[in-house]
Amino acid sequence: MFNDLPLLSLLIWLPVVGGLITLTSGDRDSTGARRIALAFSIATLLLCIPLYTNFSTTTADMQFEERVVWIEAFNIFYHMGVDGISMPLIILTAFITPLVVIAGWKVIQVRASQYMAAFLIMEGLMIGVFSALDAMLFYVFWEAMLIPMFLIIGVWGGPNRIYATIKFFLYTFLGSVLMLVALIYMHYQSETGSFAILDYHSLKLGMTEQKLIFLAFLLAFAVKVPMWPVHTWLPDAHVEAPTGGSVILAAIMLKIGGYGFLRFSLPIAPDASASLDWLIIAMSLIAVTYIGLVAMVQVDMKKLIAYSSIAHMGFVTLGFFLPFSIYFANGNDLSGAALAVEGGMVQMISHGFISAALFLCIGVMYDRLHSREIKDYGGVVISMPIFASFMVLFALANSGLPGTSGFVGEFMVILASVKSSFWIALVAASTLILGAAYSLWLVKRVVFGKITNEKVADMQDLDRREFVVLGSLAFTVLLFGVWPDPLVEVMHPTIDNLLRHIIVSKI
Amino acid sequence: MESADFTLIIPEIFVLTMACLVLVIDAFLKDEQRNVSYLLSLATLIGAALITWNNHFTSPAIGFSGTFIVDAMADVMKFSVYLVTAAVFVYSRQYLRERALFKGEFYVLGLFSVLGMMVLISAHSMLTVYLGLELMSLSLYAMVAFNRDSAISSEAAMKYFILGGFASGVLLYGMSIIYGVTGSLDLAAISTYLSAQQTFNAPLLLGMVFIVVALAFKLGAVPFHMWVPDIYHGAPSAVTAFIGTAAKLAAFGFVMRLLIEGMGAMHDSWQDILIILSVLSLAIGNIVAIAQTNIKRMLAYSAISHVGFILLGFIAVNPEGYSAAMFYTITYAITAAAAFGIVILLSREGFEAENIEDFKGLNARHPWYAFMMLLVVFSMAGVPPTVGFYAKLLVLEAIIDQQMVWLAVVAVLFSVIGAFYYLRVIKVMYFDEAEDSHAINVSGGMHLVLSSNALLALLLGIFPGALISLCFSAIS
Repeated sequence: MFNDLPLLSLLIWLPVVGGLITLTSGDRDSTGARRIALAFSIATLLLCIPLYTNFSTTTADMQFEERVVWIEAFNIFYHMGVDGISMPLIILTAFITPLVVIAGWKVIQVRASQYMAAFLIMEGLMIGVFSALDAMLFYVFWEAMLIPMFLIIGVWGGPNRIYATIKFFLYTFLGSVLMLVALIYMHYQSETGSFAILDYHSLKLGMTEQKLIFLAFLLAFAVKVPMWPVHTWLPDAHVEAPTGGSVILAAIMLKIGGYGFLRFSLPIAPDASASLDWLIIAMSLIAVTYIGLVAMVQVDMKKLIAYSSIAHMGFVTLGFFLPFSIYFANGNDLSGAALAVEGGMVQMISHGFISAALFLCIGVMYDRLHSREIKDYGGVVISMPIFASFMVLFALANSGLPGTSGFVGEFMVILASVKSSFWIALVAASTLILGAAYSLWLVKRVVFGKITNEKVADMQDLDRREFVVLGSLAFTVLLFGVWPDPLVEVMHPTIDNLLRHIIVSKI
Repeated sequence: MESADFTLIIPEIFVLTMACLVLVIDAFLKDEQRNVSYLLSLATLIGAALITWNNHFTSPAIGFSGTFIVDAMADVMKFSVYLVTAAVFVYSRQYLRERALFKGEFYVLGLFSVLGMMVLISAHSMLTVYLGLELMSLSLYAMVAFNRDSAISSEAAMKYFILGGFASGVLLYGMSIIYGVTGSLDLAAISTYLSAQQTFNAPLLLGMVFIVVALAFKLGAVPFHMWVPDIYHGAPSAVTAFIGTAAKLAAFGFVMRLLIEGMGAMHDSWQDILIILSVLSLAIGNIVAIAQTNIKRMLAYSAISHVGFILLGFIAVNPEGYSAAMFYTITYAITAAAAFGIVILLSREGFEAENIEDFKGLNARHPWYAFMMLLVVFSMAGVPPTVGFYAKLLVLEAIIDQQMVWLAVVAVLFSVIGAFYYLRVIKVMYFDEAEDSHAINVSGGMHLVLSSNALLALLLGIFPGALISLCFSAIS
């Protein structure tokens, strides 16, 4: 029944149309706007059910493909499809957005309809990024996504929001324009004059060309992930953004950078990736260790989680660029390489849930006390026992406790890195200590201890709305912690195919 | 001269007749009947659009002893001129009325200027180029000085007149040298003569340089840009809107006819000059715009940077590049018209919304127009899904196709710098609190035209294919 529907188009345009409808309801009827937004976001989530059930896990080909001429003069197509890499990310996007809508239900009183609309439009554009198979379509979604996020931080953000949002916009814009030049360049290198990403994969390119293209992509994706040393926009953006903005930023937007590496950098420039993998590995390890240390000394909770996000995303990029050294060190064995990339993917998805949950937890506390400073809290467990148990669970997941999804990805990447080099594994494994240190220390100072601030004593525990949001995230974190198979199964054929492609030189 | 020649210039004859008619009728109107002139002028533009639409020629037609050409490019550009001018006329009505400037002469001068643009766009001889250019410019000079009691307007008009006259002189000098060497004023004959040359002698090069300087002046490319911010700032906003949009379309026709069709064979010589002009325009336009607090001056510097992009299309020296430049010019004119429309909209009796600060809190005062301005500004910054992105994309395509990747990199880096001052406008509208609590009064007609104008920037961004194909077929 669902095979005939243009499922991906629906997933993209349903929330966008929902956003426009929400906008028209205006500020006079904020409750109505919230209800419309919730209805559309849940409808989008429901559309993911046929996406998941009809997805075939036996093929690496693109599925649910749609292809219509868009700009004839340049061979640009409205071409979409998903594989095992993009499908989980689309579901993640559709899962997080309703939570954001619910979380902003009471908190956002100023221009609520615009707030909800911005998130819905954002959702459609992000799904568009994950499903676009035409480079220009991808770029259009990729850039268009900046507009709602720019407004979300700028309109509903904290006191220093203008600095943060302009920095965010310019950083990402600067990163992506060189990618545009690279995409156009490849358009002219391909014999068919095609913009199709899959045609780019099989494009023959020399080493110098590959390196330049690789660096152009690296700038775009490294800013988005973000990787050390182009990460500085992220803590600013997170601190100033409203809770919902932080959630989307951490849970999904950062993943788009990681997705870009898998969709563009590795398959288009495999030789450059193989020869420059040391650079990415070094940047990732610096992110894991140095940024982990930076996270430890933060006094602002949101900033701490922001830095922890950078450290965790370091694991993702590490996993994505380990395959070359593993493959050549282990006598051309692909299984170790697959472990690394799959670990990175699992880490992306899991971090999407955990970081979203942690930002929502901070949002819950902020709504009550209007402070993000760690020193203003202490003894929250006494006044908010249910909330405290959620917070502890997510903090433990953030530090990689076995049984939570945070453990699976990290463990897979560390296991794979042992096959590459003992030293990489040793440095990477330091996250288990650093992650535990900053997460648990945060919990100790905020949740436990004596109540020093009398306002903390008056804090109300979770209401039903907040319980639903945190509860569904807790369920998912535990589910993938004990049973990650469905996730790995979905992505395995695609990643296997990707690895077979990148070990063959293009030169 | 054959009677068939006259079928080529039916739109021109129509606009001329109507302009004279408006001039005569207006003399007998009382002040409260001035709407008649306004409506007649709008009818003229719409009528001209219909005539051009019906009268279009499938193959290029040349008449009047080779001095006048009608081809697809001319039709498309003229059509854009009518539409943009009509939009500007609609925006300007209330603005002019509130300042006691709502006079028939404004529309008569506007129509004569449009006629000049039409002649310029259809010129096929250096003489017609000059004729069209001067008719357009002289009307514009008078329009800038239209608010005769304003010192700043008079100063701007004086500057425009002197510098414009100087540029015309430079142009004439260049044309006379080219005529002296090639022995013809006909652009096709000049092109044939130049194609036959192995090398170009010093007089030819000298003539070419003079012509390029005059073109750069009319386009407002650095270092011949000094008049642009002063005129944009000094002229009444309604006139700025006209100069910033329709005149840009005419300037594109000017470059196409004279430089590409007439002197295309010398491209090795002028390409380097255009590269310098383009990079300088991108740099100065984008960087200096950051320092502006006056929105009209900011839009002036933004126009300079856009000219840098348009020049990139010519630098590609191939039909793709010219079509890209054409697409860029048309879409820029559309977005700029909407931008000036909103500047005019926020002005009221005794108050000019000239400073960026005047946009403060527009989202709280009037969310719809804030959203319209948002679309326009993102289009100018080149962020998808607005049409400005495709304009930049096409130009970049064309120069990357010519293996000038470095130029593309320079262009995109400057557009990142440019994004900063566009973002500032959004910041002021959306993130700041409103200080001005005056209600925004807008007539139904203006609301409709302005909204559709700004939404066009989004619509063409989502479905750019048709206009791109049109520009491609118009050039090849």
